[in-house]
Amino acid sequence: MTPLDLRSAFLADLTAVAPDLDAATIGDDDHLQVDLGLDSMDFLNLVSALHKRFGLPIPEADYPRLATPAKAVAYLSAMLGQPQPPLQAARRPHAGPSR
Amino acid sequence: MSLFTMPSLGADMEDGRLVEWLVKPGDRVAKGDVVAVVETQKGAIEIEIFAAGEVAELLAEPGQQLPVGAPLARLTEAGAPAAPAPQAPALQAPPPAPPVPTPPPAPAPAPVAPEPRGAVLASPAARARMAELGIALAVGSGPGGAVLLADVERQAQAKAPTEPTPPGPKGKPGLDMAEMRRAIAAAMARAKRDIPHYYLTHDIDLQTAQDWLTARNADRTPDQRLLMGALLIRATVRALARYPELNGRYEAEPYAPAPAVHCGLAIALRGGGLIAPAILNAETRDTDALMDAMRDLVARTRAGRLRNSELTQGTITVSSLGETGVDALLGVIYPPQVALIGFGTPRVKPMIHDGRVQPRLAVTVSLAADHRVSDGRRGAAFLAEIDRLLQEPDHL
Repeated sequence: MTPLDLRSAFLADLTAVAPDLDAATIGDDDHLQVDLGLDSMDFLNLVSALHKRFGLPIPEADYPRLATPAKAVAYLSAMLGQPQPPLQAARRPHAGPSR
Repeated sequence: MSLFTMPSLGADMEDGRLVEWLVKPGDRVAKGDVVAVVETQKGAIEIEIFAAGEVAELLAEPGQQLPVGAPLARLTEAGAPAAPAPQAPALQAPPPAPPVPTPPPAPAPAPVAPEPRGAVLASPAARARMAELGIALAVGSGPGGAVLLADVERQAQAKAPTEPTPPGPKGKPGLDMAEMRRAIAAAMARAKRDIPHYYLTHDIDLQTAQDWLTARNADRTPDQRLLMGALLIRATVRALARYPELNGRYEAEPYAPAPAVHCGLAIALRGGGLIAPAILNAETRDTDALMDAMRDLVARTRAGRLRNSELTQGTITVSSLGETGVDALLGVIYPPQVALIGFGTPRVKPMIHDGRVQPRLAVTVSLAADHRVSDGRRGAAFLAEIDRLLQEPDHL
């Protein structure tokens, strides 16, 4: 998967646990708890979804590495054993058609 | 023969908008079946029926705004022959020509035909947007095929590619924030007027519980992991068994504690406001089961699929600041309940453990309780019991 694929997969899982978030307005450096208002249950549900999608264990010690979409893409990419070219994805508010 | 009417989902509710029927004439229903979805200031709520029988006639149409108590459907008793409908029974007012409920001057219906029976799962935001745009999606990309705002927007874009819809206002478009704020104000004003509150706080050493949790979660997949919140709820519910007077609804004189613990969880909504749906019969669930119930409740709160029983039967409320808050929360009791337990954000603090000052994870728990039914000594013992239970997570 390319970083862009990872990003859209991550955003799909994120907006599934937080249906009131609009993927198009989420910035890559938005902090999931601080900026997007996820609580610990939402976050755990997101981790569960990522676990299901990618088959990664995602131990609790790694949670800080999922703090923002950009960090999460880097983390998923590293864990999936892929190189990590810099993410050239959209920034908010009107990022591009990245869905 | 009985009437199914618009239920009250709290003393502050005056009316609700029927969003959809999940039954049709001829369907048999059992007590507790979800039969309709109603939009209120708390979002879309699944309405359960509290009688068994057969649906004889639907008396309200989706889209109608109806006051509490308005007839929604006529039921025949279970086992009774279906009412001979043609001759309108005398007591039955002529079916009100439904004031055609703002039918959106709709573009053609969506390609996906809505299933004739069965629930269309959709988030409140998606519902509102679908109504606004006159789109009817039956299946979306959300959990369980729920229609999400993004699905609606995608559909809208597909239909009008040359005319992108302007982005809506931030927040939760499906909820009327001013309305929710009024509802919160009404309930809290009533609490402050009618309930003589007293408050107690206590610092609990959570390090033992945290160490236990970390070890337990280490070899579990994410969907099997516990949150500290589940331990806090479990300890609270167990402590209530020893201090039952704190669990109940003060609706009639004399006050009587409730036999079951329907534990309300205050859940903050991202757009502002909060909802406190209850985990029903929490005393029958162990920590894992409570965790599952919390997950389910939070997910359905976000997706707008709460049930009226969860919103109207709470006997106690727990409010927790979670991981990104401050030290303590002193709550206002949710009437007609008689106590509210508040947990601050757990934080590493210097505490004395084994005779030495050590950095330990600690949480401040508070009790706001109704002085008409309990007093400080019992309240203090209750908080101490929560502390005691949390020191032995293995036996929780």
